[in-house]
Amino acid sequence: MKELFKLFFIFAKIGSFTFGGGYAMLPMIKRELAEKRDYVEEQEILDYYAIGQLTPGVIAVNVSTFVGHKRKGALGAIFSTAGMVFPSVVIITFIAALVSDFQEIAIVKSALSGIRLAVLAMIVKTVISVTKKGVIDRFTLVLMLVTLAVMLFGFPAALITVLSIFSGIVYKSVKGRVQK
Amino acid sequence: MTYLLLFAEFFKTGLFAIGGGLATVPFLFEIANKYPWFTKSQLTDMIAVAESTPGPIGVNMATYAGYSAGGVLGAVIATIGLVMPSVIVVLIVAKILEKFKDNKFVGFAFYGIRPAVAGMILAAWISLFQMCVINSSYTGLKDLFYLKELIIFLCLTLLCLKTKINPICYIILGAIIGIVFKL
Repeated sequence: MKELFKLFFIFAKIGSFTFGGGYAMLPMIKRELAEKRDYVEEQEILDYYAIGQLTPGVIAVNVSTFVGHKRKGALGAIFSTAGMVFPSVVIITFIAALVSDFQEIAIVKSALSGIRLAVLAMIVKTVISVTKKGVIDRFTLVLMLVTLAVMLFGFPAALITVLSIFSGIVYKSVKGRVQK
Repeated sequence: MTYLLLFAEFFKTGLFAIGGGLATVPFLFEIANKYPWFTKSQLTDMIAVAESTPGPIGVNMATYAGYSAGGVLGAVIATIGLVMPSVIVVLIVAKILEKFKDNKFVGFAFYGIRPAVAGMILAAWISLFQMCVINSSYTGLKDLFYLKELIIFLCLTLLCLKTKINPICYIILGAIIGIVFKL
């Protein structure tokens, strides 16, 4: 029971400081769940994240469900996800009820521009560590560069994920057979 | 009745919007067409608010739309509707993965998926960098970058790589810098 509430609060904390989508959330999840506690391994977070591209719904929610399930089964998944969405529900309801033109307030605009630069800097670190873990030989390097190129041309992420799974399986299977 | 409809519509959105928050937008447009809950121009405001408040964008959108349609209870119901399909599907996937995690082919699949994720995050970084630091109406190398933003970004990156600063403090620091330098 205690851990269930802990999961709720950890994800509420992450949800409160995630600006601008799933990528910004990775460093925080890593810090809270892999570094401060050993709830999950860093690699697992990235794997959850990748699977989240394929399953329906918001990626942040998918990741919280996965982590919660790993720790405490279905109940853990529900508590983690509830924690993740709780700050949004409170903050958005508050803004919808009381503040009009929230995004036009000058100080909010400045703060958001600053946050965006901070997120931009944080993602640099994420890219470095994700690349170190994923790019381990020539084939994976090519796969990363091709993904980068087609993403910039606007390919849907779900399709790329399916293709990368497929190419991983085919390449490894064929290579295994050739070596035999 | 409105609440039931709200739940059903957002459940559908959560089930079919694959790959991140902004994938919910086309579904919300459909809802705006079908029901009197919110208009299309309100929807544009919603996107702006959802992007400028903490939390996953898809969830923020559902809460905002639910609130416009049915007050606080509407906000809660729409949000539950949105996340419920993901929770169910992810639980099923997690159970399957648990069972097959030592399977050779699952390992091969992750071998392919990991570098692809690296590429996707780098692509997201590039488009964010373009939005924040690059002057879209540049005439030459001299005004290609927003200098103030570029310098702040470089300092922040250095700080991030060289220290183990807590990401939350970091976000707050970003907000303060934004306000102080009037970005």
